[in-house]
Amino acid sequence: MLKLIGKALAAFALVISAQSYASLEIVITDGVDSARPVAIVPFKFEGNTLPNQRIADIVSADLMRSGKFNPIAVTRMPQQPANNKEIDYQRWMKQGVEAVVTGSIREVGVNRYAVRFELVDVFKGAAGGGSSSAIIGGQLTTGLTHVLDARETTISGDQFRQYAHRISDIVYEKLTGERGAFLTKIAYVLVRDKADFRYQLVVADYDGENEQVLLRAKEPLMSPAWSPDGTKLAYVTFEKRQSQIYIQDIYTGRRSILTSFKGINGAPKWSPDGRKMAMVLSKDGNAEVYVMDIATKALTKLTNHRRIDTEPSWSPDGSKIIFSSERGGNPQIYSVNVATGVTERVTFEGDMNLAASYTPDGRGIVMVNRTNGQYNIARMDVESRYMQVLTRTYLDESPSIAPNGSMIIYSTLYGSSQVLALVSMDGRFKARLPAANGRVKSPAWSPFL
Amino acid sequence: MNLNKVLKGLLVAVPVLTLAACSSTDEVAATDANTGANTNQVVEQGLSAEELLRQQLEALRQDNTIYFDFDQSAIRSEFASVLEAHAAFLRARTNITVTVEGHTDARGTPEYNIALGERRGQAVTQYLANLGVAAGQMSVVSYGEEKPAVEGNDESAFSKNRRAVLVY
Repeated sequence: MLKLIGKALAAFALVISAQSYASLEIVITDGVDSARPVAIVPFKFEGNTLPNQRIADIVSADLMRSGKFNPIAVTRMPQQPANNKEIDYQRWMKQGVEAVVTGSIREVGVNRYAVRFELVDVFKGAAGGGSSSAIIGGQLTTGLTHVLDARETTISGDQFRQYAHRISDIVYEKLTGERGAFLTKIAYVLVRDKADFRYQLVVADYDGENEQVLLRAKEPLMSPAWSPDGTKLAYVTFEKRQSQIYIQDIYTGRRSILTSFKGINGAPKWSPDGRKMAMVLSKDGNAEVYVMDIATKALTKLTNHRRIDTEPSWSPDGSKIIFSSERGGNPQIYSVNVATGVTERVTFEGDMNLAASYTPDGRGIVMVNRTNGQYNIARMDVESRYMQVLTRTYLDESPSIAPNGSMIIYSTLYGSSQVLALVSMDGRFKARLPAANGRVKSPAWSPFL
Repeated sequence: MNLNKVLKGLLVAVPVLTLAACSSTDEVAATDANTGANTNQVVEQGLSAEELLRQQLEALRQDNTIYFDFDQSAIRSEFASVLEAHAAFLRARTNITVTVEGHTDARGTPEYNIALGERRGQAVTQYLANLGVAAGQMSVVSYGEEKPAVEGNDESAFSKNRRAVLVY
């Protein structure tokens, strides 16, 4: 037993909270023009020890990356109000700004800060707002229509980043009617060719900050998948010179083996209720889609065809699994009813379609489409079967959808290196997240945390 | 280009075949089972059983890679001699096992490529089985697109990455 543990330690370094030195920096490549102009005014600071994180910068970056907003530069702001009473609405109207976020930070104790912010509708304010607001118990209590939200919270110095994302969530939801996903995380595999442990499983905030290396390995790591409660990752390792599926707790680092069958153990995907795992096994000689009950390890075989069946993904209600199959020739997307086993073909367009997953509302399917030899991310409307290719990048793979359905993160080739990229669900906004050191692949967007 | 490859294959394959021919089943059985009495004979030949095995493995490792066409898992005829050499060795050395690693180029998705890599590995083990190698001596592991032999994203790199490798 001890020997086994020693062996495991030698082959693997289980590390929590270590830096991976990848540092994803987001470069927006397309789509800012069509975004709505807003302004995040630098928060007014009262106190002695200036916090090193700037809330307004983080909120601005969040809103810009959503593809829906174009926060104007500080230098273009006509004034820097700290609350709605100080806003000169006509001047903001002239800039074409729709909404302004104002705020202040007050140092209230050792490493304690009271952060207050307001989201103000410029057009409504200009049209006749202007009476003052009151905040009681951290919540806006007056019925001012031009102040869309206002809150005050006390945080510690290390919570600025997180609270800024919280503000972004609130602003985004008020202005779009859709839940924000700025407090989510992404898991991905970082490959550093010159490192001793070449393969790293990394979890970071959705914007690439706060990277944590969960696992370093000498052999490939693949297919990270989030548990629906956001506390665990399933993934595939090759440490024993064969593929195996593991489940690892993100917070404790503890991991356990789920499958180690002969042949392929791959493509794990948690069911929406977290009790089952869809996966691909080839223990009977050929890649087939299975569902395993995680507690009992009982297996149900969902496909049975001599050609390749792979890449299972659950429908939001858990009743169906879509997967890629070669049964019709080139790979296309099929759907199987988990209860009845009834299978139908879903995609017909393009040379091939792979790696499909449902959008959170169940109305769309996002996949990798190959047309004329080009692999791009595409979205199909389930009802009309209308297929829209969303990207123009090269060798796109591993699309993963934000839990609010606004954005897709995927892996692509930029220059000679594999990087992560973002595209909005309508395909208008595009951005790139190149890693400073290494190739990045297999991104998986977390659920709401 | 192709002819060149074939010639190269033959140059390596011929000595391997010769070695394989030397180690006919009987002789291997004898040397494997050798104790005391037979040792002298082996020493006289200047080649211990271990040394012979080492040389055979070295020769086989020199030519252990089968390349595939895009999205295909059919064994191209130019690799017949390589696989015959490996089959002859494995038939003679039934105590030795081989792992066939299946690999793909970077095109397509990682999960699909894992399945494709396995199919390539299985095409090799099936070929060897048809040449009389016992199923129990062979296993397949697919790495898909995860372990390219050559970095790069053009056809020259892709063609070197679409491969199955026999590992002893």
